[in-house]
Amino acid sequence: MLTLYVPRDSWLHRLPAGFKFLTLIAVGTAIFWVPNIEVMAGVTLISCLLFASAKIPLLKLYEQLKPAFWALLIIFLAQWYLEGLEYAGYVTLRFTTLILLASLLTLTTRSDAMIAVIEKALGPFDRWISVEKVSLAFSLTFRFIPLMRSVTAEVREAQKARGLDRNLIALMIPVIIRTLKTATEVGEAVEARMVDNE
Amino acid sequence: MISFSSVNVAFDGRAVLENLSLDLSEQRIGIIGWNGSGKSTFSRLVNGLQSPTSGSVTVGGLDTTKDGGKVRRKVGFVFQNPDNQIVYPIVEEDIAFGLKGLKLPKEEREERIKQIFDEYKLTHLRERLTHTLSGGEKQMVALMGVLVMRPDIIVLDEPTTLLDLRNKAKLMETVSKLPQQILMVTHDLDLLEGFDRVLMFHDGRLYQDGSPADVIKAYREISLQC
Repeated sequence: MLTLYVPRDSWLHRLPAGFKFLTLIAVGTAIFWVPNIEVMAGVTLISCLLFASAKIPLLKLYEQLKPAFWALLIIFLAQWYLEGLEYAGYVTLRFTTLILLASLLTLTTRSDAMIAVIEKALGPFDRWISVEKVSLAFSLTFRFIPLMRSVTAEVREAQKARGLDRNLIALMIPVIIRTLKTATEVGEAVEARMVDNE
Repeated sequence: MISFSSVNVAFDGRAVLENLSLDLSEQRIGIIGWNGSGKSTFSRLVNGLQSPTSGSVTVGGLDTTKDGGKVRRKVGFVFQNPDNQIVYPIVEEDIAFGLKGLKLPKEEREERIKQIFDEYKLTHLRERLTHTLSGGEKQMVALMGVLVMRPDIIVLDEPTTLLDLRNKAKLMETVSKLPQQILMVTHDLDLLEGFDRVLMFHDGRLYQDGSPADVIKAYREISLQC
């Protein structure tokens, strides 16, 4: 969910990142006071409509929910068993809405805008922590999650070709080695591009 | 002017570069040698990514060990794998990254970014996610991230290794038009056509230093002997 920014010209894209962050926190908290499943279903529907108004393709909405499917299913089944069907639906819709709203933030906000918000939020603590370094760490996280995902996929494919696709060690060791090597090279690249300048 | 004075580099007591003294003033300098010959270490000494174990390296009179930050403002470095050089998830953010360190006014930063996209006709990549770019596009973005800093010297460490023929030609065409002094480490000897000087490293020593024709001939001979 981290680097899925979809460039579009929409009112949600134009909203300041800080405002979107605060709204997400407020709505994410308020959602716990929604009294019943009917209202919660309405809130979920509004979240879906926000995707459309932000000109985000519906496929993206599906992509956001797909990785959470099993977790949502477990929550639903557990709540059904413990509290009944209606409450299970209510809780599942609540989590679905939270995922959709958080995704909406990442899909409509550039990472530099999000990092600027983090920098601003950390501003009062700059006596104790290097805000620049913390924001760089966030940037690198945003950047390297997809890269690490592709490294893992490459290694998995290579091991599959050797008939080792079910061997966890055969997957983990090359991924860890490549990750460490990448980390060294990225550190050098950051240095070469003058972050650690004086 | 880049100057090496009695430079030695050793890793864990093993000599990687030995007793190197030379001046580099030519516009186009190629660096060749086998894997492990010391050529990448040599290139990394130029912008202070690597410090000499003994001796000194200076760029425009600045010592690369003592004045690392200032040297890196003068010397841009393009790595072999652009995936490890691109730091930000969106192309425009990445191009802007180095400029932050220069502490330029926002207007100038934006002007430089616009200019570089216009110059290389890559405005369509501006908002793209970096991990979705092709290999050629990534290497161009990595190069633009260096060029936007307006360095005097650019070091390219095997920049075409991961590129196909079309993207290799495109990158080299771009590089050939750059006004900066270029130092390029490569295994692709064809790329050195038109270069002013080629250095060949072998076993941590500068084995040959001269015109591309002479040095490449010596390189081929030694490669066939072994």
